[in-house]
Amino acid sequence: MEAGFTRQTRDNSVSDLAIVEAPPRAAEVDRGKVLGRMALFDFFFHNLTRAAAVLVLLILGGVIFSLIYGSLPAIQAFGLGFLTTESWNPVTEKFGAVAPIYGTLVTSAIAMVIAVPLGLGIAIFLTELCPHALRRPIGVAIELLAGIPSIIYGIWGLFVLAPFLQQHVQPALISFTGDIPVLSSLFAGPPYGIGMLTAGFILAIMVLPFITSISRDVFDTVPPMLKEAASGIGCTTWEVMRYVVIPYTRVGVIGGVMLGLGRALGETMAVTFVIGNAHKVSSSLLAPGTTISATIANEFTEAVGDLYTSALIELGLILFVITFFVLAAARFMLMRIEQKSGA
Amino acid sequence: MSISASRRRTNALATTLCWTGTVFGLAWLVLILGALIYEGARGLTPAVFTEMTPPPGATGGLLNAIAGSLVMTTIGVLLGTPLGMLAGTYMAEYGRYSKLSMVVRFINDILLSAPSIVVGLFVYTVVVARVGHFSGIAGALALAVLVVPVVVRTTEDMLLLVPSPLREAAAALGLPRSHMLLRVAYRAAKSGIITGVLLAIARVSGETAPLLFTSLNNQFWSTDLNAPVSSLPVVIFQFALSPYKDWQQLAWTGALLVTLAVLLLSITARALSSQGKQQ
Repeated sequence: MEAGFTRQTRDNSVSDLAIVEAPPRAAEVDRGKVLGRMALFDFFFHNLTRAAAVLVLLILGGVIFSLIYGSLPAIQAFGLGFLTTESWNPVTEKFGAVAPIYGTLVTSAIAMVIAVPLGLGIAIFLTELCPHALRRPIGVAIELLAGIPSIIYGIWGLFVLAPFLQQHVQPALISFTGDIPVLSSLFAGPPYGIGMLTAGFILAIMVLPFITSISRDVFDTVPPMLKEAASGIGCTTWEVMRYVVIPYTRVGVIGGVMLGLGRALGETMAVTFVIGNAHKVSSSLLAPGTTISATIANEFTEAVGDLYTSALIELGLILFVITFFVLAAARFMLMRIEQKSGA
Repeated sequence: MSISASRRRTNALATTLCWTGTVFGLAWLVLILGALIYEGARGLTPAVFTEMTPPPGATGGLLNAIAGSLVMTTIGVLLGTPLGMLAGTYMAEYGRYSKLSMVVRFINDILLSAPSIVVGLFVYTVVVARVGHFSGIAGALALAVLVVPVVVRTTEDMLLLVPSPLREAAAALGLPRSHMLLRVAYRAAKSGIITGVLLAIARVSGETAPLLFTSLNNQFWSTDLNAPVSSLPVVIFQFALSPYKDWQQLAWTGALLVTLAVLLLSITARALSSQGKQQ
């Protein structure tokens, strides 16, 4: 029926023009065949895309599976003791993960302490204070910080930042906190330049753009009417932020912070350059330490023996599990704020 | 009166802190780029592009590292992009609300920010440990795994931006869905998807950790992808941590090259995507 209709209209138009004779229909293709081919391709393409989606899942499954498989020897050899032992001795093949886990958590904590207020401040600046013309360029510039590869932060941290901290900042910190009970042990010891504080500092710069851009995005989800109402009853800019915008976007901001934390926990090259790579837990933030990813990066190619390799892969598994939960929580929170703004 | 004065003071303090924070944040970008240009430009001679990485004490360049990076990045992108585009297409077009899409979306977001060193370990256990040696192929595969989530994300986002009337118009003409996607939707989302691919290239071209134990390094010119292949980031890593001054100089120069390439790519991507949004 449909086909007949099409042909009829075409015939009409040809007869209206009546200039050339209609071309011979000998070459007319079989409509059914074409439709069949299209349907087949459609089916094929649909399943191809679905297969690709499944493959993405399989890749993540493969990551988890391969890490577990690779760390089996170490899990069998050390059991849960791996998580509570500090010693890391390749010669006697005794491995414990306390020092790298401690270093990972401490450097990330330092990064968060510095980057969260800074990132929120910049986000507030970009949404409320910045002249419109400058918003985009400044936002892009901050985001460019995220684009710089981590190895660049590493080389800069090693040759520029660490010597500067060693000569100018750390001696002052040590002498200034010398008489204060808790702080003096946090900032004790000789100023090496490299160490946990420097690593945390570099991590802070690296996660800053993530926290800034996500906070800015969630700040933008606040209905303008809420802010206008607050300003209308005489709130200052700060009070609008403090009592309206931040409470309204709290979940999203925490999500952004957790996303930054996930980055900081897994960051490898920048930390490897400046952490000092010492397998010990020290109370001073100025002391060299190590992180999970720095240990793997430094030692993996030099690891001789299956147990050593396996212990390093188990470290990778621990890192992946930690970051997985942090990132999952972050995504979950960001999803909630998205739903809120969509509704 | 005093209450309002103190409120005004708090406000002034808070806004000043926000200003200072922004200046601080921008200062880092300037400081890092400044140091890179200052230290890196000194070593920027033609030899960098024509000679191989040298043993300590000898002169040399970064030719094999640049070539290795280009080759592995290209293969990684060629492998990762189609996979990412197809998966993103499924999530945006076929199974927008299906369980599978929701799970993939979640997992993909995790992969997007997962530590890249873990991807290196994955490829090590799956490829390198099986085959028995480091290789350029393993390096390219690791990079491909990192390309996929970026492309999935942008493809999905960009296809979701394509207005439904376009799809309906195509359907009303009798186009099957696959043709509608290939001829209409992809074309409408083209600049966005290209942006995603550029961002993915930018991301993987600076990646070091996953290459450390997949492609490792090679002091010589190598076209054999079944053998260890040199790459710029790994050379920067090794040379920067060495005690030799001329190696450190080469590391700075390599760092400058990588950063210029990456920033150029991400600025291009941004320009493209803002152009796409205006249309």
